[in-house]
Amino acid sequence: MYVAVKGGEAAIEAAHRLLDQDRRGDPAIPALTVAQIEGQLRLAVDRVMAEGALYDRQLAALAIKQAAGDLVEAIFLLRAYRTTLSRFAVSEPIDTARMEADRRISAIFKDVPGGQFLGPTFDYTHRLMDFELADDAAAPESDAQAPGPASAMPMTLPPVMGWLEQEGLLEPERADPDLPVGDITRDPPQYPATRDVRLQALARGDEGFLLGLAYSTQRGYGRNHPFAGEIRSGRAIVEIVPEELGFAVAIGEVELTECQLVNQFKGSAGQPPQFTRGYGLVFGRCERKAMAMALVDRSLRAAEFEETVTAPAQDEEFVLSHADNVEASGFVQHLKLPHYVDFQAELDIVRRMRAEEARQEAAE
Amino acid sequence: MSASGYNFAYLDEQSKRMIRRALLKAVAVPGYQVPFAGREMPLPYGWGTGGIQVTASIIGRKDRLKVIDQGADDTTNAVSIRKFFARTAGVATTTRTAEASIIQTRHRIPERPLQHGQILVFQVPIPEPLRWLEPRETQTRRMHALADYGAMHLKLYEDIARFGRVTTAYDYPVQVNGRYLMSPSPIPRLDNPKLDRSPALQLFGAGREKRIYAVPPFTSVKSLDFADHPFAVERWSYRCARCGADDSYLDEIVVDDRGGRRFICSDTDYCDSRLQPQATLP
Repeated sequence: MYVAVKGGEAAIEAAHRLLDQDRRGDPAIPALTVAQIEGQLRLAVDRVMAEGALYDRQLAALAIKQAAGDLVEAIFLLRAYRTTLSRFAVSEPIDTARMEADRRISAIFKDVPGGQFLGPTFDYTHRLMDFELADDAAAPESDAQAPGPASAMPMTLPPVMGWLEQEGLLEPERADPDLPVGDITRDPPQYPATRDVRLQALARGDEGFLLGLAYSTQRGYGRNHPFAGEIRSGRAIVEIVPEELGFAVAIGEVELTECQLVNQFKGSAGQPPQFTRGYGLVFGRCERKAMAMALVDRSLRAAEFEETVTAPAQDEEFVLSHADNVEASGFVQHLKLPHYVDFQAELDIVRRMRAEEARQEAAE
Repeated sequence: MSASGYNFAYLDEQSKRMIRRALLKAVAVPGYQVPFAGREMPLPYGWGTGGIQVTASIIGRKDRLKVIDQGADDTTNAVSIRKFFARTAGVATTTRTAEASIIQTRHRIPERPLQHGQILVFQVPIPEPLRWLEPRETQTRRMHALADYGAMHLKLYEDIARFGRVTTAYDYPVQVNGRYLMSPSPIPRLDNPKLDRSPALQLFGAGREKRIYAVPPFTSVKSLDFADHPFAVERWSYRCARCGADDSYLDEIVVDDRGGRRFICSDTDYCDSRLQPQATLP
């Protein structure tokens, strides 16, 4: 008897074995260690932590290894692990002004108190292939070890936005301590969403999706005249207030990149002309993501400033419901699952309609 | 990989309680989509995460689980989900519809009538029946609140006016308990009548869209239609080439490179039990 082509347990197990072999590659070449990934593919680790929404360099490196370098797959692995962790505490808001920065730039003032520091950036590199790096033996290890000028940086830097705020030129950032902060991992999405919820969704949204949306605003689809007020990267302290103590204690440090955009605003009936803000904050040095996030954050505030919503980047429901790459990747790829029942139903309808048309034509 | 280090049925108990609260609300308001804080699961979105979360929240050690995809127990995704629960919950599994206390399904309802006490868990890709008419959640929630379903009737009417029939072949919209318009998930129309006054509890989970809804036992589920164009199910002029059934949903299988075709039951348990009637349970 004919057996339908339906996969079985054996097929899945064989596929998993092939996947293992494929990931390992040529056994003559030493296997990558998790420590090597953590130390030398650090920007990949940063992205996986940011979009995986879990700050753990080692686990992110392991996920990258397990996913054979597929970062979206690694993000998925980390998310699926994260969701099983119990909630230990909710931290106090992180004070990025007290960040121990290794990069801080502002594009709106030539110089700012505390100074501008490029830090480790690709920005001014010439994108020429460095063939010396290809020769594993001859890598200039000594240069990498030499102390950089960053050691001359002050510990903390005053935020650039403060000066604009003092002059009343920049909308004040209002934090209402009585308002509970939303939590997208514990509450289902609801629209319209509040800004805290939007920022959370953007912080773990797909970098590519947000980059495209941010770019679209710069090309006229919801233009919002941004300036890079301040971008800073560094380590910030995480504090919690244990109930039995009643005061904040530091539990660790996270590396963050923050982007504060300053956007033009001509004023409305209720508000004088002033600059407005777009905000981006991500784990690690995902600077491109932080900037895209800030652009999209400002776009999504359109209604707040009585701007007409015309572009996709201004449409909260469109942006938030499509930004998560774990959701998007799963749903796009579910088309690989069998759909014979649905397709059979479609086949049946199309055949019936064609038969009916043929009958009608024959009758005419 | 072992499942050590994870809770029974993967999810932590707090998450299960949250999902069970959503389920209770869903049962209390049949057909209403209850938002819930869906968790990431170790299987991809779109591959049954909603159904898996529902099953994980209701399953107990004494349950016997059956998982089907396209009606079959041996499709890759059904195998994968069944293994997931066998590993994380250590529960007994079965391929027999009659033996299962919980049946998780994608795109089908078993041919064998379900019994009181059984639970059918549907995996749902798009829970909103109005989604293709109105992309915005803010709008569709309002339409449900007002029971404003004219747009759907209009869509069906336009189908009939243009094609002489409703062209929705699967995921055919239903109205539950005379109130909420509901997506039955992408089951073929043949399965729609099985939803109506079913003695089993029917739970629907949409993981990516974070919605849960339910049809309690013995609840009216009516497929939308018009008095002069009553709802009708698919009928074949063929029988199953394997068991000879003429009342089941048939998969079409291309058997050679000259376009030869055969039809066999999509419900593998139904087909097997007809071939070996002595093995079926009362």
